Amino acid sequence: MSKKVAFLQGNEAATYGALYAGCNFFAGYPITPSTEVAEVMAAELPKIGGKFIQMEDEIGAMAAILGASLAGSKVLTSTSGPGLSLKQELIGYGCIAEIPCVIYNVMRGGPSTGMPTGPSQSDVMSAKWGTHGDHPAICLTPASVQETYEEVIRAFNLSEKYRTPVMVMPDEIVAHMRERVVFPEPGEIEVVPRKAPTVSPDQYKPYDTSFGDVPPLAAFGSGYKFHVTGLNKAQDGFPTTKAELVQAEEERQVRKVDANVDDIVQFEEYQLADAEVVVVAYGSTSRSARYAVNVAREQGIKAGMFRIKTFWPFPDKQIKALAAKVKGFVIPEMNLGMCSLEIERNAQGKAPVLGIFRVDGEPINPDQILAKIKEVK
Amino acid sequence: MAFNYEKWLRPGKLPHIWCPGCGHGIVMKGLIRAFETLQLKKEDTALVSGIGCASRLPGYIDCCTLHTAHGRAAAFATGVKMAKPEMNVILVGGDGDGTAIGGNHFIHACRRNIDMTYIILNNYIYGMTGGQFSPCTPTGHKASTTPYGNPDPGFDIAKLAIGAGATFVARGTAFHANQIDKLIVEAIQHKGFSVVEILDDCPTTYGRRNKYKSVIEMMNRLKEVAVPVKAAEKMTAEQLQGKVLTGVLYKEEKAHYTDEYAKVIERAQAAK
Repeated sequence: MSKKVAFLQGNEAATYGALYAGCNFFAGYPITPSTEVAEVMAAELPKIGGKFIQMEDEIGAMAAILGASLAGSKVLTSTSGPGLSLKQELIGYGCIAEIPCVIYNVMRGGPSTGMPTGPSQSDVMSAKWGTHGDHPAICLTPASVQETYEEVIRAFNLSEKYRTPVMVMPDEIVAHMRERVVFPEPGEIEVVPRKAPTVSPDQYKPYDTSFGDVPPLAAFGSGYKFHVTGLNKAQDGFPTTKAELVQAEEERQVRKVDANVDDIVQFEEYQLADAEVVVVAYGSTSRSARYAVNVAREQGIKAGMFRIKTFWPFPDKQIKALAAKVKGFVIPEMNLGMCSLEIERNAQGKAPVLGIFRVDGEPINPDQILAKIKEVK
Repeated sequence: MAFNYEKWLRPGKLPHIWCPGCGHGIVMKGLIRAFETLQLKKEDTALVSGIGCASRLPGYIDCCTLHTAHGRAAAFATGVKMAKPEMNVILVGGDGDGTAIGGNHFIHACRRNIDMTYIILNNYIYGMTGGQFSPCTPTGHKASTTPYGNPDPGFDIAKLAIGAGATFVARGTAFHANQIDKLIVEAIQHKGFSVVEILDDCPTTYGRRNKYKSVIEMMNRLKEVAVPVKAAEKMTAEQLQGKVLTGVLYKEEKAHYTDEYAKVIERAQAAK
């Protein structure tokens, strides 16, 4: 039997990926260039008995998905730069209270209103540093429509597995371009369910570390009753200011991701085996980079690409290893050098890092990347 | 026989954080009596709050409790209620939390007429942060951020709720303790968004700046200004000057949100 194929926009594919992953609750607020996600969800969710709600603002949408997730739903919201800024406090709430949720953020020009219809990659630092306080961060940056579909599923899986908010951040080009999508059959891609409590309601503690770094989360309305707060909390969920408890809980929240980097981080290595010049790219920019690498190879330059799929946690280990053996890095990105900082941090001076930065709402072309590849001596 | 409050209180979580003389404890007892009267099931009852003194109340009550971020109780609660429409969802919080930073969520919860009950403890002040003026601080009154008297006009929470579309709006006071549970019972039984404003006192940060010599004086003021709606019908405008109406101020039967969304699901599935 042949698989179902469709010609979809990135935003539409994201929505169908979410539905494949079992998403049954969406709350959002209209914002360019991500609104299509809300529109498709409004049509599709009620068909399967799911719930869609357009909230009064971005903050309300973030709050509603957290509330629905605590009541046992698999939840999604979609937004773009200004909305991401507004959601940040509650993304932190999701981190500290450890509530699974997926935030799909289409990167447009910024800061502020910026260029609402122009592509950008300037939210990648917001994904990690946008909310205050120490917290775990997982952020995926797909480069095609098919990959957007699949990465949204992976985002739901990571969110449930690690009980933390996960962001998917396509740039506006990936979100709005149309490509062929091959839908997986049910069961073909693993869907990770939420770890349910195995103890009776009177024994249950929402942050019980005897079950490991990711304690099971019960749902409101399922026979379990417990307390959830944005304050630093003890294992029973109630606020505490006891120094040793706060320290331990904060460290555990971050460790959930830090100790599982190899499980979370995904990337693509393209022509890297003998590469002397490595282009590190993500999102739509990696498509120009691939072309540039191909042309460079035709011209006898040993170029390759390291394509970041998981932006956070950052592929530190892989970049460090490359830095020890390559002549230099070329980093094309639609911001003024955000990923480049991470590459410099990992390269530790062992290889030069050459950036190509565009914030004019235009994509980065292969010839720009090729010219920069040639600058590496 | 004395009423058994302990059934609804979480062991080991008291004493509460509220100052001596604060009326929040009176409201909490009213809430417990209401829950008991309605025989609510703890596992099927969500008590949701924002940030502030009043928002600490859910931590003491034994049910599904969610202490959210400042101003966001109504939006979190909307998510809970949409996901589990069969749950009893009750919100509690203060005047600053609900009508300033949370004002947008408040009016839209009213507009949707989503079947939840919002108990607002109005003590006219931001107590937890030390007594800054709120949208409910009367004009001319003193707060730590209005040292020369408050230039802002205040909100009438009940009128705001009615104007925004809430279908049950009531007001009580911390002095009229016996009325609190009755209003909350009626509010929870009402299908749709219900608002119960309880006029409260904050002797620590409001009373001392506004020439109240004691908690008793503050409680007496609540007693004096409150006029039951029935009694008000027989009073002249002059007599009602400076008074506050109490009791059920507004009630309307109207389609409520989760029922309406169930119809959306029916229509979507019929069109499939």
